[in-house]
Amino acid sequence: MARRPLRIVLAEDSALLREGLVGILERAGHEVVASATDADELIAAVRADPPDVVITDVRMPPGHSDEGLRAAAAIREDLPTLPILVLSQYVADAYLPALMDSAGTAGIGYLLKDRVGRVADFLASLDQVVDGQTVVDPEVVRQLLTRRSDDGPLAALTAREREVLALMAEGRTNGSIAEALFVSDAAVRKHVGSIFAKLDLGDDNDRRVSAVLTYLRG
Amino acid sequence: MTSATRTSSAWSAVGGNPVRLVLSSWPWRSLLYLLTGAVVGLVSFIGFFVTIGVGVLTAPLIIGLFILGGVPRLGAMIAGLERRRLPVMLEEDVATDVSDTPWWRTPRDAASWRALGYAVLLALFLWVVDALVVVLVVTFVVVSLISPLLAHYDTVGMLWWQLDSTREAVPFAIIATPVGIVVGAYALTVLAAAQSSLAGILLSPREEELEARVTELRRSRIELVDAFETERKRIERDLHDGVQQRMVALTMLLGRAELDVPEGEGLALVRQAHSEAEAALADLREVVRGVHPRVLTDLGLAAAIREVADRMPIPVRVDVFLDERPPPQVEAAAYFVVSEGLANVAKHSRARSAAIHARRSGDSLVLVVTDDGHGGARLGEGTGLSGLVTRLDALGGTLSVTSPDGGPTELRMESPWHVDR
Repeated sequence: MARRPLRIVLAEDSALLREGLVGILERAGHEVVASATDADELIAAVRADPPDVVITDVRMPPGHSDEGLRAAAAIREDLPTLPILVLSQYVADAYLPALMDSAGTAGIGYLLKDRVGRVADFLASLDQVVDGQTVVDPEVVRQLLTRRSDDGPLAALTAREREVLALMAEGRTNGSIAEALFVSDAAVRKHVGSIFAKLDLGDDNDRRVSAVLTYLRG
Repeated sequence: MTSATRTSSAWSAVGGNPVRLVLSSWPWRSLLYLLTGAVVGLVSFIGFFVTIGVGVLTAPLIIGLFILGGVPRLGAMIAGLERRRLPVMLEEDVATDVSDTPWWRTPRDAASWRALGYAVLLALFLWVVDALVVVLVVTFVVVSLISPLLAHYDTVGMLWWQLDSTREAVPFAIIATPVGIVVGAYALTVLAAAQSSLAGILLSPREEELEARVTELRRSRIELVDAFETERKRIERDLHDGVQQRMVALTMLLGRAELDVPEGEGLALVRQAHSEAEAALADLREVVRGVHPRVLTDLGLAAAIREVADRMPIPVRVDVFLDERPPPQVEAAAYFVVSEGLANVAKHSRARSAAIHARRSGDSLVLVVTDDGHGGARLGEGTGLSGLVTRLDALGGTLSVTSPDGGPTELRMESPWHVDR
C-alpha cells in the first residue's frame, strides 16, 4: 500500500500502456482521477480538477513528437506547485532543459517507461517527485556523467563528488548514496557539504535541489 | 557534348595523305558501314511500306489506326539500330536514346521526332545512294582488275574504253585498278563519313536535352534520398508504436506478476523473464536509434550529435553552433556522418579523444570530425561511410577523409545548406 493515496492525472495515448499503468497505480492504492490521450486533454483535465501529481508520456498525438514535455511546461506555468512525472520510451539528456527550465518549485521526474515494471522503485520515485524532489532516469544520468564539462561550476568537483551528485539527481537520500557507494553516511555528508561549497550554494533548504539542477544543466 | 565531337574522324583522313587513306582501315570501315546501311535501309523501307500499307488498308476496321500509330515506334527502333552501327564510323562513345518513353507508348519528344525523320530519310533515300555507290565502286575495281581475263572471252566495255583483247586490257587494268581503288576509297569514305555524321547529329541528344536530363536525374536522386529518410522515420514510428510498446507493457505485466507470485522458483523465473524483457527493450532502443534518432527529429543536429558523443568511450568535444536547422535530408546526412565517423574512431583509430565541429559557411554546411588516432583511414567500400558518400553526392555535397599514417584523421563533410530540386 502506498504511503498515502495520491490523486493522479495520467496522459498516455497507448491503451495497452495506460491500462498497465493504471493497474500498477491502483494496486498501490492510488487513484487515477482522469486519463488523457493527448496533450490538450491532459491540460484540460488538470485545469478542471488539479490532482496531486501528473504522469505524462512525452510522445503523444497529433505530432507524436514532444507534446507531453510541452504540456508539462504549460502546466507548470499555470500550477507551479504541481509535481509532474514524465515517462518516455526513450530518454536523452538533451530533453532535460525543457523540463528543468520550466517555472515551478514542485518535484519533477523524467523516467524510462521500462522503470515502471520495477514497481517498488517506480512507486518510490513517484513519492519522491510528489515530495518535491527531482528524479532523473539512471540512463540520463549516465549520459550526463560521460559528458566532460571542461568549464562551468561542475569542473571544480572531484570524480567522487560527481558520483555523489549523480546519485542525488536520482533522488536518493544520503543513506542510500552511502549504501550505493559502500561508504559511511558521514563520508557522504562530507561530500555533499563540499559539493554545496564548490557550487557556491547558500544555506537555505533548497540547496539539494539547486545542486541537482546545477548538475543537470551543466 | 558538342556537335564537333559527333562528326567522324574519317574527315581528317579524307583531307590527309591519299596513300595513307587507301592503306588505312577507313575505306573498309566505310564499305562495311554503307553495306549494312543499305541492308538496314532496305529493311526499313519494307517495314514502313508494309506498316503504312496494312495500316491504311485496315484503317476502316479501326485496328489500322493502331498500326499507323506504331509508325513512330518503328522509327525509334530503326534509330536504335542505327545508333548501334555508328561506332563503325564514329570513335566517340555512342549517343544513347534520350527518350524514356516506354516502348508501348508513342514517343513525342523532339529527339524522337528527329530519330523518326532520320529513319524515313534512310528508308527512302540514303540506302539507295549507299547501294549504288557500293555497287559502282566494287564493280569497277573488280572488273578492271580481272579485265584481262574477261577480255580474253568477250569485249569488255569500261566507261569510255572498249577492251577487245587481253593485250589491250592489261595496261588498262594496271592503270585503272589503282585509280579505281583510290577514287573508290575516297567516294566510300566521304559518303560514309557524311552519313554517319548526319546520323550522329540527328540521333544524339541536344545540349539542352542533356541538361534537362541531368536536372531530372538530380531531382530523382534527391527524391530517392527523401524516400529513404521518410521510410526510416516510418520504421522508427512503427517500432515505437508497435514492438516497443508491447515490450514495455510486458515489463509492466512482469513487474505486477512479481508482486503476486509467491516466493519460490516461480518468482525467480518471473524475475529472470523481467530482466530479459528489459534487456530486449534496451537492445531495441539501440536499433531504433540507428534507424532514425528521435533527438534529431525533435531537437536538431547539435543535440543529436551531443548524444552520440556522450555514448563514446573516449572524450569527444562537440562544437556545433547553427543559427537555424538545415533541411531534414542535410540534417540526417550530417548526423549519420558523425555517428559512422565516431563508430570508426572507436573501432579502428585507437584515438584518445575526438572533436566534432560544425558551422554554416555561406550557403553550405561544413562538418568536420577529427581524432588523434593513428591515421590510415580510408573511405573504402564496406565502411558505412561509402554509402554516405553516395547520399551526399545526391544532395550535391562531398565527404572526404584526410588521414596520414600516424594521424591525425580528419573526416570532412560539405553540403549545400538548401536542397534544390
